Amino acid sequence: MISFAAVGKRYPGGQQALKGVSFTLEQGEFAFLAGHSGAGKSTLLKLIAAIERPSSGSVLVNGQNVGALKRAALPYLRRNLGLVFQDQKLLYDRSVFDNVMLPLAFGDLAGREAARRARAALEKVGLLAREKATPIQLSGGEQQRLAIARAVVNRPLVLIADEPTANLDAESAAAILEIFAAFNQVGVTVLVATHDEALIGRFARRVLRLARGSIVT
Amino acid sequence: MRSWLRQHRQAIAAACGKIAAQRATAALNALAIGIALSLPAGGYTLLGSLRGATAGASLEPQLSAFLRPDVKRAEAEALVAGLNGDARLRAVRFVPREQALQELQATEGLGEVIAALNRNPLPDAFVLRPKAADAESLEALARELRALPAVAHVQLDSAWARRLAALAGTARLAIALLAALLAFGLVAITFNTIRLQILTQRAEIEISKLIGATDAFIRRPFFYLGALQGLAGGALALAILWGSLAALNVGVAELAASYGSGFRLAFLATGDALAVVLFSAGLGWFGAYLSVSRYLLEIEPK
Repeated sequence: MISFAAVGKRYPGGQQALKGVSFTLEQGEFAFLAGHSGAGKSTLLKLIAAIERPSSGSVLVNGQNVGALKRAALPYLRRNLGLVFQDQKLLYDRSVFDNVMLPLAFGDLAGREAARRARAALEKVGLLAREKATPIQLSGGEQQRLAIARAVVNRPLVLIADEPTANLDAESAAAILEIFAAFNQVGVTVLVATHDEALIGRFARRVLRLARGSIVT
Repeated sequence: MRSWLRQHRQAIAAACGKIAAQRATAALNALAIGIALSLPAGGYTLLGSLRGATAGASLEPQLSAFLRPDVKRAEAEALVAGLNGDARLRAVRFVPREQALQELQATEGLGEVIAALNRNPLPDAFVLRPKAADAESLEALARELRALPAVAHVQLDSAWARRLAALAGTARLAIALLAALLAFGLVAITFNTIRLQILTQRAEIEISKLIGATDAFIRRPFFYLGALQGLAGGALALAILWGSLAALNVGVAELAASYGSGFRLAFLATGDALAVVLFSAGLGWFGAYLSVSRYLLEIEPK
């Protein structure tokens, strides 16, 4: 599903964020991307979503060479990816429900079907009762769950999360991971970047460990 | 097709939402556009009314020769016969004094004055239409006519009409220049509005791109915003123009009535009014297009 072959990334200015990264994540797999901050976790995830392009090597997502995609093709790539960010990137001037509706606005779903889909996503993360609230009224854990609902509402094949539990207590963090595990069980490929070794220990899954831009395990 | 319609409906709704969120700014922008557009539209309207009032004036060179009052009719007719043979003239029309009086009586505003006279003060006259139109040959012809003993006065009729036409042409050009300049202004106003709008929505645009919005989807509400602002500005320009003309017409009507005329400044024809609004909307769209092309591509998720 996701395949890196000898991927290197050098930012303008000379910083080498990744070098010689190769791995394959099969469809339906769940993996952690571990490593200290600055190890290159975020860069690796950005290459998958084509937010950054690799300087060398190739990144394949669902059979597509992401590094070579034209600008106009990027939206369609991203619709098949559910992205969850450390800072959630929610729209704070809209309700919880409207935040989840946002990705559906680009698609072909009619209004009623879209609303149904959005409520189903909110239900999966346990936020259905808060659909009229604004994100600012939610706790940190709830905001992250809202971000997950938005990421999965388009039923993506791949779910990618960058430090989704960074600002959460252990209990909320575990709850978030349970949600990812539930999506993984229905066939979604999941890749979660985290520096939280305790969390990785609690969930026995494949671990891709990055150190100074290279995979070490 | 249905999804295409839905996306446009959504974009219009989004644009309306943006306007509703910043009502005061949107109203001021529309007012600025409206005032800017009302100037050339007003000039065009006044010119149209003026042209309507002078439409009867012939621009072809024409000479009027008035005969002395004591010239006998037979003498006059002999003169006409002589002039009819002149190769330099296209046509010669004899206007007997009775006919001149009738024509004058039919002229708006003069009927009452004429009726008050107890005798016809007008002389017999010729109206000559020479073939040449240049000032020199016209002057030569006029000199020749003045030398005739029966002729009391010769008048070059076309001079004032040509001056008026030249003046109207200059005014038209000035209005076109004004319209072009203000069109640039309108585009600049929209460009800036949309730029500010894009900057305040930076986060939303970035997130939309991250979760799979196409550029077209992101652009569309801004295009509608620009076009709607232009549309509102155009409609306001018409309202300003209509109000100004209504106010001016109070005075104009009084002035015209004192000349026995029903002259009024006319509002733009429906087609022209529609053109003003559509032109304004089009310019708004164009300003938005420029702004979006310039700033939207810069916003990329990091």
